[in-house]
Amino acid sequence: MTGTYITDRDGMAVVKLDTGYNIGISPAEVQFVERPAPRAAATPVVIQNPDLPELSIISTGGTIASRVDYRTGAVTSQFSASDILRAIPELGDLAIYRSRQLASILSENMRPSIWQELARSIHAEIESGVDGVIVTHGTDTMAYSAAAVSFMVRSPVPIVFVGSQRSADRPSSDNAMNALCSAAVATGDLGEVAVVMHASTSDDRCAVHRATKVRKMHTSRRDAFASLGTAPVGYVDYPSLEVTLSPEAVRRGTHELELADELEERCGLLHFVPGMPPAILDAYEGYAGLVLSGTGLGHVRTEWIPRLSDLIAGGTTVVMTSQCLHGRVCDRVYDTGRDLLAIGVIEGEDMLPEAALVKLMWVLAREDDPARIRDLMQTSLRGEICRGSR
Amino acid sequence: MEYDYAALGLKAGIEIHQQLNTAEKLFCRCPTLLRETAEHTGEFFRYLRATESELGEIDRAAKEEMKLVRKFCYYTYDTVCLVEHDEEPPAPLNREALGVALTIAKMLGMTPIDQVHTMRKLVIDGSNTSGFQRTALVALNGTLPGGCRIETICLEEEACQRVEGDAFSLDRLGIPLVEITTAPCMHTPEDVRTVARHIGMVLRSTGKVKRGLGTIRQDVNVSIRDGARVEIKGVQELDLIAEVVRREVGRQVELLAIRDELRARGASVDTTVTDVTGLFAETKSAILKKAKAILAVRLPGFAGLVGREIQPGRRLGSEMADYAKKCGVGGIFHTDELPAYGVTAEEVARLREHLRAAEQDAVVLVAASRKQAGCAAEQVMIRARIALDGIPEETRKMLEGGSTAYMRPLPGAARMYPETDVFPVTIGSDLWEGIELPELLTSRAERFSRDLGLDDALARQMAFSERLPLFERTVAEGVRPTLAARTLLGTLRELARDGVPVGHLPDDEVVLLLQAVESGRTAKEAIPDLLSELARTAGEQPRKSPEERIAAAIESVAPTVTAGDLDAIVGRVVEEREEFVRQRGMGALGPLMGVVMKEVRGSVDGQLVSRALKREIERRLS
Repeated sequence: MTGTYITDRDGMAVVKLDTGYNIGISPAEVQFVERPAPRAAATPVVIQNPDLPELSIISTGGTIASRVDYRTGAVTSQFSASDILRAIPELGDLAIYRSRQLASILSENMRPSIWQELARSIHAEIESGVDGVIVTHGTDTMAYSAAAVSFMVRSPVPIVFVGSQRSADRPSSDNAMNALCSAAVATGDLGEVAVVMHASTSDDRCAVHRATKVRKMHTSRRDAFASLGTAPVGYVDYPSLEVTLSPEAVRRGTHELELADELEERCGLLHFVPGMPPAILDAYEGYAGLVLSGTGLGHVRTEWIPRLSDLIAGGTTVVMTSQCLHGRVCDRVYDTGRDLLAIGVIEGEDMLPEAALVKLMWVLAREDDPARIRDLMQTSLRGEICRGSR
Repeated sequence: MEYDYAALGLKAGIEIHQQLNTAEKLFCRCPTLLRETAEHTGEFFRYLRATESELGEIDRAAKEEMKLVRKFCYYTYDTVCLVEHDEEPPAPLNREALGVALTIAKMLGMTPIDQVHTMRKLVIDGSNTSGFQRTALVALNGTLPGGCRIETICLEEEACQRVEGDAFSLDRLGIPLVEITTAPCMHTPEDVRTVARHIGMVLRSTGKVKRGLGTIRQDVNVSIRDGARVEIKGVQELDLIAEVVRREVGRQVELLAIRDELRARGASVDTTVTDVTGLFAETKSAILKKAKAILAVRLPGFAGLVGREIQPGRRLGSEMADYAKKCGVGGIFHTDELPAYGVTAEEVARLREHLRAAEQDAVVLVAASRKQAGCAAEQVMIRARIALDGIPEETRKMLEGGSTAYMRPLPGAARMYPETDVFPVTIGSDLWEGIELPELLTSRAERFSRDLGLDDALARQMAFSERLPLFERTVAEGVRPTLAARTLLGTLRELARDGVPVGHLPDDEVVLLLQAVESGRTAKEAIPDLLSELARTAGEQPRKSPEERIAAAIESVAPTVTAGDLDAIVGRVVEEREEFVRQRGMGALGPLMGVVMKEVRGSVDGQLVSRALKREIERRLS
């Protein structure tokens, strides 16, 4: 029996048999025959149509294209524009593409400094004249990144975050449809930052979510991303790729290009749970800002109030959001809430906790006057606060 | 037609796919339960696309499936989960299923793999929501009686059932399957059937496999010298397997003869596709009339051969049509079958003239949208070129009767990559040595006739029956083996034939009823009536215990007749027919048996009735 030695796993030699199956066998039973000659990868050139709009694809490590080595079973990510076009040729009918690989990280390893780099890259791409930007991103933290970018970059053109819940190497991946829908949005009439992902489990349409109102609500489903507290700002039908934007969607050309990439990184988001001791708050000593994900209308236990009061007195801005996710914070109904207001906690309105966190980072990097901070936190800057709840 | 298979160099191998009767599916915790499609609770839609290999290649079988961008519809049920939806990563490999696969491996004398790795095998015909089938090689190298060799046993997930067209049902997806692959060690069609039958027997001996239509499927690999390896998928009836092999040999022989004839004629394939839409502007052919475009391919030297039969009901033209259908067209027309289908001789003549087709040339027409027709014409030329070379390696599907139709090219070995979501499973020596070998059904049949006194035919029938577990249980509960076997095989079948819903009968009630017969509570003769009554009332409200239901059935169908009751009935019957008894003497016994049995409604053993009648007749005659 012959095959190709792949790797070592749990003390077993993993061998790919000529039939394609991998097996693990005791290394003692493996006899080396020969080393296969390295094979050159074919790189067919993809020709793009210069009459189409130009999009920039910025990759942060999320893959919308990948390739499988059936010999070894390895899956490799593809980043160059021509790699992506080879994997999803229909993209070539929508636009011409330039691509930039900003990072190659799993989205759980995302951090504010990369958001800043991302904002600067997006700004530079738009400045150089592209008609739209697509950011490929891992899904875990995509909503945070999209919200962060929406505060840092004001753009006349669409900035679309996209990823896939199923890895791109599988024939059933949602990558191609999501990528095509995101390109349709990026060449369309939108003028804000959005997340474009499946709207249902079917391959029938994608939803266009406002970056500050979107949240990953499922660990694995294709339609994990949902707009909370508001409807999506649009939909893209598949396979027609027809984009429908709602009246609320910000239109192309509404804003001038602007970059404000400062962030105050010393900010935290704390999910309060029953019985959580006030000493937890010691960890936030010296933080510039803290978003609380409180219970119900926006509460934490009464025992926290003195410690929170100290934090605020020490210069930490504290913003209250709700772990209910749906609905608006109102600390004027119950005593605990009134006590929180009395020590200076800011009601985060109907902001999502994560959006409130990145907003707080952005606001605190620009303002140090508490009244002005409160004012900004309670004003909708990028659609993160809805005037009325629905 | 019978061939000299040795002279033709026939080589055949089989792959047997058998569903396992485990509690849960292979990579999720759903039951292995098939549902009626009418019970589906929702539908969703997906597209699949081929993915590139490291070298920028797309697997040839996958590429073929991709010629048509198809929208697949999936039916979902309350007995499937997000794993079948391809909306959640798979659960760890089902250990019960692995145990069954290892048991089979051990029965076949195979060597287990040290560490089992689950792979993804690309399948983009829609039957797997993920676009791949999870499969793991479990053991290697087994032996079969007669010297044939088993190459591998794999554990894999069953695909979705096709409802119709591109709609699939998710209930079957994920049911564990074992796939047993033999070496190409069979040399006659009958060899293939013998091997398939033996492996089937081994599988059923585990008592852990599903039974019934579609739960076992054979793929047959056939080649002859100068021919090609052809895989025929999904032969469900064992009795057809030899016929399938015979017909495939025939097909390959005929295709080789066609190749030789084509070469002798110097045949070729014209590379130009001609638009002949205008020629058929006035046609009476409904298909041609409604087509947006009609394209023609000229095949110099092919006349008479496109229409030549290569299998019962199949021609070279059928193969071309199969290729063309990949582009979404319904079929093709070719000049060997024209004029027909509303196409006139005049139109054919005009077509030939327009294409400058000589008498020895064939012309193939495809009618569809411009894009589909172009694709189909291309496919026809591809298949025609292959005819000049001989026989293509293909995956084919079986048609009714045993002929086959083209499905797709044989997949390359390069369609598998690791299923990284499932951890490998190490098969330690403890696990392997702890596997107990079940008794083969053939040995069990011998034991039934030797130890239980069943005659050989009944013993074998019982051992191979789906009701074997119920039989063993009934016998263990003290029922005589012949009574148990005859009831389970004979009576139930007869009742089913008469339309009694015997499928509703709970095993517990069957066992309790036979025990009641053995203990004399009711007569053997009453069994059919009692079973019918139990089947008829199964599932009735309010619920009763099995014991209560048996008692109620006996009460309503065959109320207990005491010895005194019996004597009274016998006395009355004989008295009413006194003259008849005097005329016939003891000869009246037989006819009166029937009368009394009817009166006691089968609730008294025939021997007791006979004894009582005999006594009474003797008394009257004395």
